[in-house]
Amino acid sequence: MVVARGDLQQLLDALTAQGYQVLGPRVRDGAIQYDELSSLADLPIGWTDRQDGGFYRLEKRDDEALFGYVVGPSSWKRFLHPPTVTLWRSRRTEEGFELVESPQDPPKYAFFGVRPCELHAISIQDRVFLQGPYVDPIYRSRRAGIFVVAVNCGQAGGTCFCTSMGTGPRARKGFDLALTELLGPERHEFVVEVGSPAGAEILAQVAHRPATPEDRARVAEIEAETSRQMGRQMETAGLKELLYTNLEHPRWEEVASRCLTCANCTMVCPTCFCTTVEDVTDLTGQEAERRRLWDSCFTMEFSYMHGGSVRSSARSRYRQWMTHKLATWQDQFDVIGCVGCGRCITWCPVGIDITQEVAAIRGEPVT
Amino acid sequence: MNTMSAEPIQAVDPMAPRWYRILQRRRENHDTFTLELTPEDGGAPMAFAPGQFNMLYVFGVGEIPISISGDPSQPQRLIHTTRAVGTVTKAMSRLGKGDLLGVRGPFGTSWPLAEAEGKDVVVVTGGIGLAPLRPAIYQLLAQREKYARIVLLYGARTQEDMVFRRELERWSARLDVEIFATVDRATSGWRGNVGVATTLIPHAPFDPDDTIALVCGPEVMMRYTVAALEKRGLEHEQIYISMERNMKCAVGFCGHCQFGPQFICKDGPVFRFDQVRAIFGKWEV
Ligand SMILES: Cc1cc2nc3c(=O)[nH]c(=O)nc-3n(C[C@H](O)[C@H](O)[C@H](O)COP(=O)(O)OP(=O)(O)OC[C@H]3O[C@@H](n4cnc5c(N)ncnc54)[C@H](O)[C@@H]3O)c2cc1C
Ligand code: SF4
Ligand code: SF4
Repeated sequence: MVVARGDLQQLLDALTAQGYQVLGPRVRDGAIQYDELSSLADLPIGWTDRQDGGFYRLEKRDDEALFGYVVGPSSWKRFLHPPTVTLWRSRRTEEGFELVESPQDPPKYAFFGVRPCELHAISIQDRVFLQGPYVDPIYRSRRAGIFVVAVNCGQAGGTCFCTSMGTGPRARKGFDLALTELLGPERHEFVVEVGSPAGAEILAQVAHRPATPEDRARVAEIEAETSRQMGRQMETAGLKELLYTNLEHPRWEEVASRCLTCANCTMVCPTCFCTTVEDVTDLTGQEAERRRLWDSCFTMEFSYMHGGSVRSSARSRYRQWMTHKLATWQDQFDVIGCVGCGRCITWCPVGIDITQEVAAIRGEPVT
Repeated sequence: MNTMSAEPIQAVDPMAPRWYRILQRRRENHDTFTLELTPEDGGAPMAFAPGQFNMLYVFGVGEIPISISGDPSQPQRLIHTTRAVGTVTKAMSRLGKGDLLGVRGPFGTSWPLAEAEGKDVVVVTGGIGLAPLRPAIYQLLAQREKYARIVLLYGARTQEDMVFRRELERWSARLDVEIFATVDRATSGWRGNVGVATTLIPHAPFDPDDTIALVCGPEVMMRYTVAALEKRGLEHEQIYISMERNMKCAVGFCGHCQFGPQFICKDGPVFRFDQVRAIFGKWEV
C-alpha cells in the first residue's frame, strides 16, 4: 500500500485514537532521540546526521525528508528495559516485613520509526528476557502490547554496518507496519508493508492506494542503494572461533591503551542488557526499595568479589565486552549480540571501532 | 501484537523474595555462622538439590548468593552457612533468632550424585567450601550402599577455622567414609596433616578409573586440585567444580556472573570440568 505524505498524520492519529502513546525520533540536545510524538511535525524533518568514530553532527538536508537520518544515542531499549526500575518495595510491620505491591502498568507504546537493526535488537533482548528459563516480568509487560512502525533506511550512516550483520537496511519481520520513504522532486510518499493483523487494522484507518510494481521496484532499489553506502563492514564468518581462540591477542592490550572504560558503548548499545541493583531505605528505615539499573562490564565493580575485581584491567574488560557481543553471545542466545547500528563507534569518545578491532584480530591491516 | 511469540506465563516474579524467619543461629568459627530458616508464610518447604544456592536479602542492605548447606532430605530446615567478609555478610552475621531474611531460589546446577552411583566419590574442599558440599555428603551417606568408596579431603587454615567440626568428627567415626583433614598451620592439639588439601590427593584411596571428584574452593585451590587429580589419572569428565562470580539476579538477566559463554547462576555453579576447561584459569576472564 502507499500513503501520501499529506495523509501520514492519519496513521499517527489512528494510533493515538487506539490508546497508544506514540514515541518516535525527535531532535533533542543536538541529536536524534526517541520521545513522545504528538504530530508528524515533531519528527526531525529535513535533518540528517553525519557520523564517524567519536563524531556526531546533525545537519540540514536540502529536502523535507521525514526519516533522512539514521540512529542516535538512545534506543528503544530505554522503554522496554528502562535505565532504572523498581523491582519491589518492602515495609517493616509488627511481625516482620511485607512486600508492598507496586503496580507498574506501563503505557501502551507505539514505536514510530524503528530501524531494521533496532527491530533485530528488540528480538535479541526478547531472547534474553523472555525466552530463557526465567521471564523478566518488567520487560514482558512493557513489550507485550507494543505496536511497531518500522522505517526502512533510505541512506546508511557513517558507522552503520547492518548489511554485514544481516539486520538491515530493510525490515523483513517483527513489525506491524513498515514504511519506505519515497522522495523525489515530484513525489513524497510512503510504501507501507503490513506485518500483522493489528497493522492491517490501523492501516485501514489511513487513506492509501495499492502499491504498483514500480513502487515495489523502488523499495528494492532503495534497499540496494543503502546497502552500498554502509560506512563500516565486519566479516562475521568464523567470528566466534576467532575470538574464542584469541583471548591472549596483543590487540587487547593495544585497544586498552586507548579505551577510557567510560562505558558509553554499553549504554548506547541497543542489545547490552546488564544491570545492577541498588537497595535504598527511607529515612525511618521502615521501607526498603530494590532498584534495578543499567550496568556495564566496563566498570570495576561489575566483576567484584570479596578480595577484588575479576577483571581489574581495561584489557580484560574490553575483551569481555567485545567477546561477549560477538562470540559468547552466540552460545548463550544463538545469535550475534551486535546488530551493526554503529552507536558504540559514534559515541565512543576516542572513536574505538568494533569493526576495526575485529579486523585487527583477524590480522588484517587497519586504518 | 503478534511480533512477540506466546510466552509461558510465569506465576511468580523471579526477583521477589519470600520471607524466612531465623529459627536458630550457630557459630561455626570466628567469622562463619549457620542460619536455620523457616518460611514465614508457613508454605511448602524449599526442595533443593545438593550444590544449589539461594539469594539471601538483608532488609535494606543487600542481597547475595549463598549455597544451601543443609540436608536435602530435611527441606523443612533451610540451612545456610556464611562467612562474614563484607557489607551484606556482616549485616547478616548480626541477625539472630526471630529475625527475617528475604530468600529467592533455589538456583543453579547440582552435584552429579546420580552419575556417581557405583563409583568412588572423592570430595576435595577447603574452608567455607565445605558448605555447598555438605548437602552432597548428607545424601551420599544416606544412600551409602549406592557408592563405592567415599573420601573427603578437607583443608582449613587452622583447626579452629574448620566448619561443621561436630559433623566432621561424627563422619570420621564411621567406618564407611574416609576423611583426611589438613591445616595450613598446626595449633595446639592438632595431630593431623599439615599443608593444603591438594597435598592429600596423591595418596588418597580411590580408583582413578572409577571415581567422580567434587571440588569446591577458591579458584587457585581448584586449579591445583584439578592438576593433582589429573596426575592421578582422572579425566576432566570425572571432575566437577563449583564456581563463584559476582551475582545480582541469579536468573541470567544481570550479566555479572558470566564466565565465557556460561552464566554461573543458571549454567552453574557446578560444572563438569570439561565444560569450562578452555577458559578456566585464563587471565581475568
Ligand atoms: C553460587 C555462590 C554460592 C556461594 N555460597 C556461599 C556460601 O555458602 N557461604 C559463603 O559464605 N559465601 C558464599 N558465596 C560467596 C558470597 O556470596 C560472598 O561472600 C558475598 O556475596 C559477599 O558479600 P558482602 O556484601 O558481604 O561482601 P562485599 O565484599 O561487601 O561485597 C560487595 C558486593 O560484591 C559482591 N561479591 C563480593 N564477594 C563476592 C563473592 N565471593 N561471590 C559473589 N559475589 C560477591 C556481592 O554482590 C556484594 O553485594 C557464594 C557465592 C556464589 C556465587
Ligand atoms: S555493539 Fe555497537 S554496533 Fe553492535 S549493536 Fe551494540 S552499539 Fe550497535
Ligand atoms: S570502547 Fe570507547 S565507549 Fe567503550 S568504554 Fe572504551 S572508551 Fe568508553
